Amino acid sequence: MPEENGNGNNGKRVGLLERVKAGVKEDVQSLRSDMPAKAKEQIEGLKDPTKTQVYTSIFRHKHDDTPRNRALGVLSNVFLHLHPAKINRDAVRYSYTWGMGGITFYLFIVLTLTGVMLMFYYHPSKVQAFRDVLYLEHDVPFGKLLRNMHRWAAHLMVIAVWLHMFRVFLTGSYKKPREFNWNIGVLLLVFTLLLSFTGYLLPDDQLGFWAVTVGTNMARATPGLGNEGPFGHMLGMTPYNDVRFGLLGGSIVDANALLRSYIWHCIGIPIVASVLMIVHFWRVRKDGGISGPAAVMLASEVKEPKK
Amino acid sequence: MDWRQLWEICSAPDNVPIVGLIPLLIFYIYLAWKQARANDELIGQLETNPAMAKTHHRKSWPFRPGWQKEIHVWPFLLRMEFLVAMIVTIILMVWSITLNAPLEEPANPNLTMNPAKAPWYFLGLQEMLVYFDPWIAGVVMPTLIIVGLMVIPYIDTNPLGSGYYTWKQRKFSIGTFLFGFIILWIAMIIIGTFIRGPGWQWFWPGQTWDHNRLIYEVNRDLPDLFGITSNLGKAIFGGIVVGGFYAVGGFIMHSLFRRYNPKDYKRMSLLQYSIMMFFVLSMVALPAKMLLRLAWHIKYVWITPWFNV
Repeated sequence: MPEENGNGNNGKRVGLLERVKAGVKEDVQSLRSDMPAKAKEQIEGLKDPTKTQVYTSIFRHKHDDTPRNRALGVLSNVFLHLHPAKINRDAVRYSYTWGMGGITFYLFIVLTLTGVMLMFYYHPSKVQAFRDVLYLEHDVPFGKLLRNMHRWAAHLMVIAVWLHMFRVFLTGSYKKPREFNWNIGVLLLVFTLLLSFTGYLLPDDQLGFWAVTVGTNMARATPGLGNEGPFGHMLGMTPYNDVRFGLLGGSIVDANALLRSYIWHCIGIPIVASVLMIVHFWRVRKDGGISGPAAVMLASEVKEPKK
Repeated sequence: MDWRQLWEICSAPDNVPIVGLIPLLIFYIYLAWKQARANDELIGQLETNPAMAKTHHRKSWPFRPGWQKEIHVWPFLLRMEFLVAMIVTIILMVWSITLNAPLEEPANPNLTMNPAKAPWYFLGLQEMLVYFDPWIAGVVMPTLIIVGLMVIPYIDTNPLGSGYYTWKQRKFSIGTFLFGFIILWIAMIIIGTFIRGPGWQWFWPGQTWDHNRLIYEVNRDLPDLFGITSNLGKAIFGGIVVGGFYAVGGFIMHSLFRRYNPKDYKRMSLLQYSIMMFFVLSMVALPAKMLLRLAWHIKYVWITPWFNV
């Protein structure tokens, strides 16, 4: 191809059309010859997808069954890295841990998922709340199943928390150095019960209404802070300014109580409980992993601290 | 025997968890007891045989030379977690398909439910309302339960039994916990769920709930029995009785504890010891007050112008 258009040169003048033609011909030729080669290469590459860039960007290590990869499988995964890479060989025995802490956490996740879905169908107002539950039960596809799962998972979670605490006590797992984590656990137990209790009012039916009435009537008797409690009226407590009023946003269980219940149930307590859970799990690792099953200790081996 | 009434109570959807909790508790107590017994046997052997104690791997589960002491979390723990999650999901699915969550009529402040019951996990507290005024049963007791649970690790100075099931090494602490958890918490919930009917009256399982039943019960106060009539006299008398309960009870506890738990007694500081005493005696106060009420119809022990106990 000449460098310039001929201006008085002897060379044959090459028209634009010819040049385009030649280019297209070349392109077609390259399609014919390169593409099949590339396609072949592509298919060869796909035979081992673990070598693709997409795969290696997600999974940072190989998956052959080597000790290193088993450890990396846990350590390089954000969801699994709360676990150590290796544990006491007896720690996986169900008879020791009963799996109750894990079950509690799993149920919390189930409750969060079903709870968020329920929130799509629920308005926390006196006019709507009960109708929303009826609508959910009779018209929403799988609505009844959704509500049932949320309810029963909540009850199951309470049971699992109790059994978890029971197991931790029986194995002496609160002893040094795990004292603080036991305390976090006690707080989580309280918040689990409060979560369940605040959810009780939300269907706005007789069951929830009277359960919450009975429950919050106790607050009226708080010493010093309730209008019927010891020393309450001395400190100026009336039904309109005491601790029960603060809980319900009124002197009776009504629209404000429903809204407060809803906000504590869906936002307030879950956030606090989640923070405590993070601390709880973190401390399990920092305090040396789960407590056992440890080697038994004999009374003769106890080192008495010097006084 | 009213089987229908019994069935109605047991099959009320919100009572099903507590019906399920009973066999679960029995199973897990059995599981713990089995392991505690095996460990206690091993401890006994090792204590009598110091040579064995030096070489033994010190668990009741088998361990052979050549076995690794630690195993990988992936896959050995994760497969367990996955399995447990699947089993829980299946149980939850079956439960949710077969049993509907309760939904009563719309909330109506003018129509009182009878009996008006709290959720089942708070029925222990509601049952306590029979024996104590709301400020104790509803506020002080729950606070004491929470604080009491929280101080446990700081007052239990026994270094034995950390990380394994045992009974012989921790008789006092396990006994106290079982008393608190099984008798004072679970048993009270069971009473609240299955026994208490309309008007919060006592109906034996299988007895028909009679909404019109009236019980003519004359409750007395303890000072009345002693012929004390003046307000000041009642206040002083009650203070002495309640103070006496803690003093005499504390003395009995002290003489038992230092005899049967000499090592713990020696290890504990004054603060630890008095905190433990206070909580143990407060735990005993509940059944003591229940006995006074159920056996002698005594309502209050201590009457003051500001509060009654």
